Amino acid sequence: MSEPVPRHTIRVEVNGEALTRAVEPRRHLVDFLREDCGLKGSHLGCEHGVCGACTVRLDGEIVRGCLVLAVQADGGRVETVETRQPSARLRALQDAFVARNALQCGYCTPGMLMAALELVERAPEADREQVRTWIAGNYCRCTGYHAIVDAVCDVLAAQRRGAFEKLPQEAA
Amino acid sequence: MNSPRDTPHLAPLGDVTPDQQHIGVAHPRAGAHRLTQGRGQFVDDIELPRMAHVVYWRSPVAHARIGRVDSSVARDMPGVVGVFTGHDVARLCKPWVGTLAHLAGIKSAPEYPLALDRAHWQGEPVVAIVAETRVQAEDALQHLVVEWQDLPAVLDTETALAFATPLIHPELGDNLCFERRLDTGGVDEAFANAAAVFEETYRFARHTGVTLEPRCQIADWRAGRERAEGHLTVYHSQQAPHMMHDLYCRQFELQESQVRVICRDVGGSFGIKVHAYPDDFATVAVSMLAGRPVKFVADRLESFVSDIHAREHRITARIAADANGDITAFEIDDLTGIGPFSMFPRTSGIEGNQVVNLTGGPYKHKHYRAQLKVVFQNKVPTCQYRGVGHPIACAVTEALVDGLAQKLGVDPLALRERNVIPDDAYPATGASGIKLEVLSHQACLQRMRVLCDYEALRAEQATLRAKGVYRGIGIATLIELTNPSAAFYGVGGARIASQDGATLRLEPSGVITVLSSVGEQGQGTEAIYAQIAADAVGVALDRVRVVTGDTDATPYGGGTWASRGAGIGGEAVLQAGLALRENLLKTAAVILKREGDDALAGLLLRRGSVIDAATGAELLPLAELGRIAYFRSDTLPKGFTPELMVTRHYAQRDYPFIFTNGVQVSHVEVDTETGFVKLLGHWAVEDCGRVINPMLVDEQIRGAIVQGIGGALFEECLYDEHGTLRNGSLADYLVPMAAEMPDIVVAHVQTPTASSALGAKGAGEAGTAGAPAAVMNAINDALAPFGTRVASQPITPEKILRALKKL
Repeated sequence: MSEPVPRHTIRVEVNGEALTRAVEPRRHLVDFLREDCGLKGSHLGCEHGVCGACTVRLDGEIVRGCLVLAVQADGGRVETVETRQPSARLRALQDAFVARNALQCGYCTPGMLMAALELVERAPEADREQVRTWIAGNYCRCTGYHAIVDAVCDVLAAQRRGAFEKLPQEAA
Repeated sequence: MNSPRDTPHLAPLGDVTPDQQHIGVAHPRAGAHRLTQGRGQFVDDIELPRMAHVVYWRSPVAHARIGRVDSSVARDMPGVVGVFTGHDVARLCKPWVGTLAHLAGIKSAPEYPLALDRAHWQGEPVVAIVAETRVQAEDALQHLVVEWQDLPAVLDTETALAFATPLIHPELGDNLCFERRLDTGGVDEAFANAAAVFEETYRFARHTGVTLEPRCQIADWRAGRERAEGHLTVYHSQQAPHMMHDLYCRQFELQESQVRVICRDVGGSFGIKVHAYPDDFATVAVSMLAGRPVKFVADRLESFVSDIHAREHRITARIAADANGDITAFEIDDLTGIGPFSMFPRTSGIEGNQVVNLTGGPYKHKHYRAQLKVVFQNKVPTCQYRGVGHPIACAVTEALVDGLAQKLGVDPLALRERNVIPDDAYPATGASGIKLEVLSHQACLQRMRVLCDYEALRAEQATLRAKGVYRGIGIATLIELTNPSAAFYGVGGARIASQDGATLRLEPSGVITVLSSVGEQGQGTEAIYAQIAADAVGVALDRVRVVTGDTDATPYGGGTWASRGAGIGGEAVLQAGLALRENLLKTAAVILKREGDDALAGLLLRRGSVIDAATGAELLPLAELGRIAYFRSDTLPKGFTPELMVTRHYAQRDYPFIFTNGVQVSHVEVDTETGFVKLLGHWAVEDCGRVINPMLVDEQIRGAIVQGIGGALFEECLYDEHGTLRNGSLADYLVPMAAEMPDIVVAHVQTPTASSALGAKGAGEAGTAGAPAAVMNAINDALAPFGTRVASQPITPEKILRALKKL
């Protein structure tokens, strides 16, 4: 009975790869990543912008992927944890999460890492309390958060010790 | 701090394997790396050829007669494969009744995958729409017309059994699912002769698990020319694959060879994913009807009205003590509502039953009386969720002990030290009849006193009180039921395995493959099995891989529930590993042509190689042993066959359950103007027997504590007067977030169970058991100067302000 919804062709750079896809205007960014790009690493926990499991970077800013439409990302640059060339800070966070057991089931982890990455980049002096506040937009139902805070604080401390200083801008 | 180097040194226990390198060590989980790179494989990540998607039309009201279903428009929507009703599905799948024989008198009504003529709760699945894509199925759902007629809803547990209340299942005769009474005798005398009695009524709201990955499943039925040729594969986010395998066989009348259940990454479970839900069966049925693989992924809104809920208890309770401060008796009256059906196959009678068994559990009183009524209501069915009765029993017990301490004018920690069953009194039997193998309440209390610097907290509290700052210190002593025997479910007729199996196989390169019937939902099960296997066989940790979650591949077993993965599954891995080591040495002796009675004694297996016991010289790396055994059998003597794959099973049969114990302390500050509670600190001393990986155990305990805090302070499924859930979204239903949670300090006392060689007890639920008690006691301790208390969870700012008479 109803006509197929017209699709829009969008061009998005996803983890360094230029992709062109035709999407319905109502398609949100995470469905675009998961269904149209085959990138299953960003997860849907609530699809109403609360849990943070779908946190990805769009043009350098973290967004709730379920609250951004794919067409809004047209011409933009999207980064997820699946990037094949993680920055030194993302790599350090990934390693710290494993070292500290800052994940259990791992469902929240991709979003949590993207949120933590922005913290490490933008709030290098953050203390434990500020880390807790920063990641309060990302639910973790398994860990109790303590280990996540430990892991992020480890990377902040490494950064303050100069661990990422000698790297070229693009690698850091 | 949660890291290998920061984990406090544990008092050493004797080794359970030769050359033990890994058991007890805080190794990071090797399998976690891929999850940080977005390379997990959760059910929704799996795509199969010709896979369709199902969405369910769920009852929008609490109780309704289902009328005409008009799917004519929906069927014509783009991509729609089929629209199926309860009657369509009931032709394929038998109904079930969630009862157990050992819960005497428990009753429930037959339940179907999709409601037939009546819907019993808001959220019950009624009609299935299958389409090429999820979007198309959801679009079609908007055009499905279902007529219904509202029926009166039974909501309030207090009046569920009243004569005037309508019956949810008229054929059952009343709205009572289950009742139980327990009386040791002497209770009335104990209260009559008591020097102090404290009585209070406690309320525990409904809450739910909120697994971040919703329940999800892909059913792939491949029909043959005849039904007997058909084969069903189910990809499932589930804790008990073999149980589901068995249930699919029974409900669809298939034999085991026709069904395979695969559980890959599971995004949180907490008990939510150990039950058989109506839509589990409906999704299988629609795969059969559509002739295609069908994926179901609950969205968050339907998770709130279709995942099991838990709790909803009202408990009136009292405690008596003599003039010496010795607790003499407990009495409780528990009323709990479980929704319209007892869940399948574990039943919804267990949580109340556990409250009866566990209340007063840490203490040495002799007199106890309990009454339990479990009633039906038109709300989401409740069932076992992390802690199962423990958080309630512990909160009631520990609040009573604190109330008693106040009446007696004694320190609450000292009162506990006086009354717990002493560490040298085991094995012991609790007043409720529970058998306790060996616990360490005294050692844990002693450790806690130091760990949280109890005296300093009390001194600070007194100082700040004088300045109008109200801080409280809440203590919770707890027991936790783990490593269950068949007494939990099997004796009641449930086809739920209390045993688990492990198969260990030498690969030709010397790698050890472990196949276990217990799977991984993030707790680190696979990681600790690798540690146990590495030590049991004698190889490096990175030479072990663990395979779980496939009923075609793994031994048969119960899976993850009741804190049994380490204690039961781990023991099976240990025994299989030790047996494989023996077989490897026998094979090595043959290859090395060592003969005679002491041939085996002269060989050791160390870190991947067979060595000479006398000289330590390396004789045969496992890779060489594997090469010869698998590819050059021609060089082995006739009559000798290397057995390089070994299976062992383990069931705990010494006690109904192996209990653990622990103590938690919560430190809070209550803002008496706003009613807000700030969590300042939380400490846990835990005795889960032998700790296999302290870092993983610590974060298990912390996560469980935070879930317990959620129930104590935030989480509640709120219903309106019509039985409609008012807060079924993550924006409205509050779960703990990082900013409100305190750092949690964890310490261990290790008292291994003698029921297994490994000595591990469970650790997954004790945190949830104790946290609500500790937090409630801390809040009431803070409120003590105002002569008021709160006893209704979640303890919201509003409830605190009402207690303070500020509202």
